[in-house]
Amino acid sequence: MTFVWGLLWGLAAVMLIAGGAVVGVWWERKVAGRIQMRLGPQQIGPAGVLQMIADVPKLLFKEDIVPTGADKPVFRYAPLAVFAPVAMSVAVIPFWAGWAPLDSTVGMVFYLAIPSIGVLGILLSAWGSHNTLATIGGLRAAAQMISYEVPRSLAVLSVIILAGSLQPTKVMDAWQWWWVPLTFVGFLVYLIASIAEMNRGPFDLPEAESELVAGYFSDYSGFRWAIFMMGEYGAMISAALFGAAVFLGGYRWLPGVPGLVLFLVIAMLIITVVMWVKWTFPRLRQDHLMTFCWTVLTPLAIVQVVVAGVVALWL
Amino acid sequence: MDIKELREHLCATYPDLCPLFSIEFGDGVLSVDRSRFHDAAADLKSLGFDRLGMVTAVDFGDELEMVYRLQSREMRAGIFVKTRLPREEAVIETVVDLWDAADWQEREVYDMFGIVFTGHPDLRRILLTDDWVGWPLRKDYDDPTIIRRPDYL
Amino acid sequence: MIGHDETPMASPADGAACGPTADVAAPVMTDEMGDPAPAPEIVAEDDRLVVNIGPSHPSTHGVCRVLVELDGEIVTKAEPIIGHLHRGIEKMAENRTYLQVVPLTDRLDYVGSMYANWAYCRAVERLAGIRVPERAEYIRVIVCELQRIASHMMAIGPAGADTGATSLFMYTFWQRELILDLFESLCGARLTYNYVRPGGVAFDLPDGWAEQCRTFIDQHPSAILEIDRFLFGNVIFRVRTKGLGVLSPEDAVSWGASGPVARGSGVDWDLRRDDPYSVYPRLDFSVPVGERGDCYDRARVRLWECVESCRIIAQALDALEEFEPGVIKAEGLPRLLAPRPGDAYDHIESARGSLGVYLVSDGTVRPYRMKVRSPAFVNLALLPLVSVGHTLADLVVILGSLDPVFGEVDR
Repeated sequence: MTFVWGLLWGLAAVMLIAGGAVVGVWWERKVAGRIQMRLGPQQIGPAGVLQMIADVPKLLFKEDIVPTGADKPVFRYAPLAVFAPVAMSVAVIPFWAGWAPLDSTVGMVFYLAIPSIGVLGILLSAWGSHNTLATIGGLRAAAQMISYEVPRSLAVLSVIILAGSLQPTKVMDAWQWWWVPLTFVGFLVYLIASIAEMNRGPFDLPEAESELVAGYFSDYSGFRWAIFMMGEYGAMISAALFGAAVFLGGYRWLPGVPGLVLFLVIAMLIITVVMWVKWTFPRLRQDHLMTFCWTVLTPLAIVQVVVAGVVALWL
Repeated sequence: MDIKELREHLCATYPDLCPLFSIEFGDGVLSVDRSRFHDAAADLKSLGFDRLGMVTAVDFGDELEMVYRLQSREMRAGIFVKTRLPREEAVIETVVDLWDAADWQEREVYDMFGIVFTGHPDLRRILLTDDWVGWPLRKDYDDPTIIRRPDYL
Repeated sequence: MIGHDETPMASPADGAACGPTADVAAPVMTDEMGDPAPAPEIVAEDDRLVVNIGPSHPSTHGVCRVLVELDGEIVTKAEPIIGHLHRGIEKMAENRTYLQVVPLTDRLDYVGSMYANWAYCRAVERLAGIRVPERAEYIRVIVCELQRIASHMMAIGPAGADTGATSLFMYTFWQRELILDLFESLCGARLTYNYVRPGGVAFDLPDGWAEQCRTFIDQHPSAILEIDRFLFGNVIFRVRTKGLGVLSPEDAVSWGASGPVARGSGVDWDLRRDDPYSVYPRLDFSVPVGERGDCYDRARVRLWECVESCRIIAQALDALEEFEPGVIKAEGLPRLLAPRPGDAYDHIESARGSLGVYLVSDGTVRPYRMKVRSPAFVNLALLPLVSVGHTLADLVVILGSLDPVFGEVDR
């Protein structure tokens, strides 16, 4: 029975991410359009909303190309290794008072640990493509994602210290409104590190289109490419939901269904900010990226942990 | 500096180049023999022609003419240096040692006219593929894809 | 060795050549002195990685192939391989009358067609001794300065896109679009204008065009300020481009660099001022010059040149009012020009540098030889010099800062 429930929840998480990715593509087009003095999709449906339905068959019907020189099994299944951890990470997000799809006692650690497995999928797809540009992209991704794991984990650690628990629902129960100003720096560090984790601009070095064409997924097409995009949007949705919950209080601001709606709206705003950042900033260079991580973000996160620890002692 | 002042300046500094200098249609032209070409180019560089504007060649049947356009920033003047090469032995000294700009431009002339620049560090085709046969801008280059327009067009 | 040594590189043995090889029934001409040297391919040393960028790549600004040898991410060798867009325009010109060559020059620098038109027409006019009416000269100055703005917008926008700020593209293209609209109402074409002709220009300004042009130059400086804040005000862009691809003034002169590439290095050399042509001596403008010679200065010089171009256009529009409309062509121009035997060279300051055209006439109606001294070709030769030691990500920024247009590089 547990297995069946697990399967159903897994399916629900995949559907959530797939649906979210489809909406996210449309929303990103609109946001990018406004930033670029354009209107974005206009033709299909009111404000182009049906564009998202049109996008899916387009990707499904594209030819699935596997390069001759590629390591074929690795090439074929690496996209799943990118997508699966992202879908798994949604499981521990506390959506409702006392309820998360998987309310693990170590849910916070689970959330930090599981998405990092995605780097393996990126490395495999890069290596399996047998393509120099993809290889460079994959190695960049490995260096970047592992480095940014540190400030991200430290930032979340400050909330864990304040709550005194690793269980997401317990953290939400202990949440107080004054944590928002107290952990605001931590939230910013978390947001920036999450953007780097999901390989989005200005940290999209692994797929830097100006020099690496598309980085680790240069050779992918059709549905396999779509899985990569779903992974990217899924990571964005997951990071926004988790940040909105543990840093910004999520559903705690209002009781009942309005609380859930507010939670989703906050997550949506975070996603919009991520898009806004991507379409405004130039890309960082590899050395600047690392310098930024180790000399700015990590010290800030450590200071945040110390502050949270002092406050937790004083409580 | 206009062309007459340029001639006076040139004659005052390098009297041996003076008889080679002429004014053709308002342009100063220094016509030198191939054997003296590199020395003359070096003299012009020390005279102040610090920019090599253009290197090209023209096919005049029996002879190929190398045309160098030099430019001086201080004197605000330009000068042509022209050298005739026999068609059968189209070899000339490179000027890459004087102006780096000659590097690619001499490669282009080699590519299009087959003129060999002795001393050039990396003389090979630049615009055409490495296995191209023939020198396309020579007048006797023939190719079935070139359609000569009739004279009344 | 991290990657794959056997980088797919097209070698001449692949049979992918596009020229008449020996097995084609073309008369084989061999020159015992000029046998093509074997193509030197970059062979990776030690654990270096050879990456083939292009010829089809998002940020080579055309069809350029760059063979890059990488040590990690650091470029240790970069060799541009050009010629993919070689159409033999110089050879084609020998087969056309002087007027028929003008459309060919459009296809040289397709981002700044007016310049190539003008440079060619100046050479023809010098060869044939044609005097151009002053009104036509002013119109030429106006359209070419507009073209300079359009071309620089095409250089600055990709400078943002190369560093990842894709949105800037739209802001610069908005300005370029306004200029293309002006050109469209002027001559009906948006890219290849065929507008400047030997002896003058093709059409006089349409009614109301001068006012539209004034509207454009009135709003342009504020758009420039917006682009300035968007790109140069961004700390990531500044950090990435300052000190990147430094070209010393000595190298710039020796390598024949011109235009914003040379001026970014502090070489104060602008043909409009230093070898004045047309009506430029009567116009008041300044030449922006950089200091450090890095990508930042090159982009910045381009940006401020746009503002100076607006000043030039405003003055030229004022001056234009004094001339009688309709007098835009030299009088008594024969339909088939047959200039004196001889040669002529003239150069103008295009958006990329000094664009020269060398014409040789044998007295017939066709040029005996046309040579285009293309600034993009000469500037691109600097790429191996300035890019070694920088990262792969910076290579494309440096390539973009040299602003090559491959129609003009390959001709």
